[in-house]
Amino acid sequence: MKYMLLIFNDPALEPSYGTPEFDTMMSDFFAANEKMKADGVLCGGEGLQGIETATSLRIKAGKVETMDGPFAETREHLGGYYVIDTADLDSALSYAALIPSANFGTIEVRPLMDYNPAGN
Amino acid sequence: MSSAAPKAIAIQNAINDVMSNDRGRLLAGLISRLSDFQLAEDALQEALISALSHWGRSGIPHAPTAWLMKVALNKGIDRLRSQMRESHKVEQFSFVTSDVAHPTTREEIPDERLRLIFACCHPALEIKSRVALTLRTVSGLTTREIANAFLDTEKTMGQRLTRSKSKIKAKGIGFAVPQSEMWDDRLNAVLATIYLIFTTGYVIEDEAERDLCGEAIFLGRLLNDLKPNEPEIEGILALMLLTHARLPARVGADGLSKPIEEQDRSLWQETLIEEGRMFLRNAVARRSPQAFQIKAAIADCHMTKGSPDWMQMSLLYQSLWHFEPTPVIALNWAVVMAELGHLETALKKIDSLEGDLSAFQPWHAARASILLKLGHFEEATTAYKTAIETAPDAPSRAFLAAKLTAAQKHGSNS
Repeated sequence: MKYMLLIFNDPALEPSYGTPEFDTMMSDFFAANEKMKADGVLCGGEGLQGIETATSLRIKAGKVETMDGPFAETREHLGGYYVIDTADLDSALSYAALIPSANFGTIEVRPLMDYNPAGN
Repeated sequence: MSSAAPKAIAIQNAINDVMSNDRGRLLAGLISRLSDFQLAEDALQEALISALSHWGRSGIPHAPTAWLMKVALNKGIDRLRSQMRESHKVEQFSFVTSDVAHPTTREEIPDERLRLIFACCHPALEIKSRVALTLRTVSGLTTREIANAFLDTEKTMGQRLTRSKSKIKAKGIGFAVPQSEMWDDRLNAVLATIYLIFTTGYVIEDEAERDLCGEAIFLGRLLNDLKPNEPEIEGILALMLLTHARLPARVGADGLSKPIEEQDRSLWQETLIEEGRMFLRNAVARRSPQAFQIKAAIADCHMTKGSPDWMQMSLLYQSLWHFEPTPVIALNWAVVMAELGHLETALKKIDSLEGDLSAFQPWHAARASILLKLGHFEEATTAYKTAIETAPDAPSRAFLAAKLTAAQKHGSNS
């Protein structure tokens, strides 16, 4: 089953660049990536730039509206994601627990939509 | 005339027998192989219908549980086949038919209820759904019985059950005993579910059609059989048995609820106490104290011969605090402090919890009792009135009303 691990965190709580905590976080991310690769579960994943770089778009009455900023102003932002393929939720959760941001943010684990449940 | 009627009755009895003893075991086996709660339930239902006609023709098989297992599995696989047609997924189920092709005894069906319990009590489900699913699937209560116990309509409870079953599938909750690094977290989720069943039964036992305390104890025993030597499982069993033992003494002849220290001890159920203490001793000997064991030890101290061992209880609350630093534990600890004579300290502690607990009935009752002992009659009167308004049942209301009268009497005398 495929899951997306969505990494939400408050940038104010994130270790800042140049501190030993930041280095630990980065090496923990590296270790998580390596583990997911080695176990053959990693399908993909990226980190995102800050919400100040976000541009949002919606169509209202047939007209495209473009705005500066994210979809919603919240304290915890989507900062990145992984897509993994594991046997079940428990297995997905055990990989989510490796993501260092879980220590100061939240990892939301969501199954991907299966458009072909019969597997044909 | 043929003997059709007695035969039909004999078959129905045989089916009822299997279902009351082995329903959980059958469902667990089916879910584990078919990986689908609803499909397993439907397949078992179909197999029961087959049994009625087949056993009528060929007689009751000598291993009826195994017969039902085999037929239900085949029904389930047939349904999967028709759902998936030529899909390769069917192949992974083909081995299961041979698995139970020649069953001879009930014991040949592996007991997979532990996996079932962990799936039903997965923390990715909300607690009320865990309770409903466990009672329905593991304990075999009907939807109506569960609805009654939780004062819901049958329709609402049915929807909750259906939703939870599809959630298990959609979220990909596995049918497995958790691995060691998740064990504590998952076991806690299971124990919390069982304890909620117990406490629900404890409050409303008059209205429930089936005794939820008994169901919770059954689940605790089952868990202990399936996974022996786990101190927290023994701890929760000890806690439930010790609490349940006092049930007949909870309400006095005058219809007033009785605090433990004022109960008629001759009404306590000695065999349950003995059993509870035995589990507690076993748990303590494993030297891995956690919340349920400590709570059981506190219950035990409450029931020491003569009078409660308040000093020991205070020490136990101190260790419990490390595991559960919650306002409710702080409140209970303060009540013990008051029993030890530290009334002012206890009151100060209780007042500091107002923000967290002002909507919690026991907070008002505890505060009222301490105010009364301190001689603050007016405040005690107000507190008792609030406690009475939100009291859970008639005996508690009557008990508090008697205390209120005492407070008012003293108040008018002073």
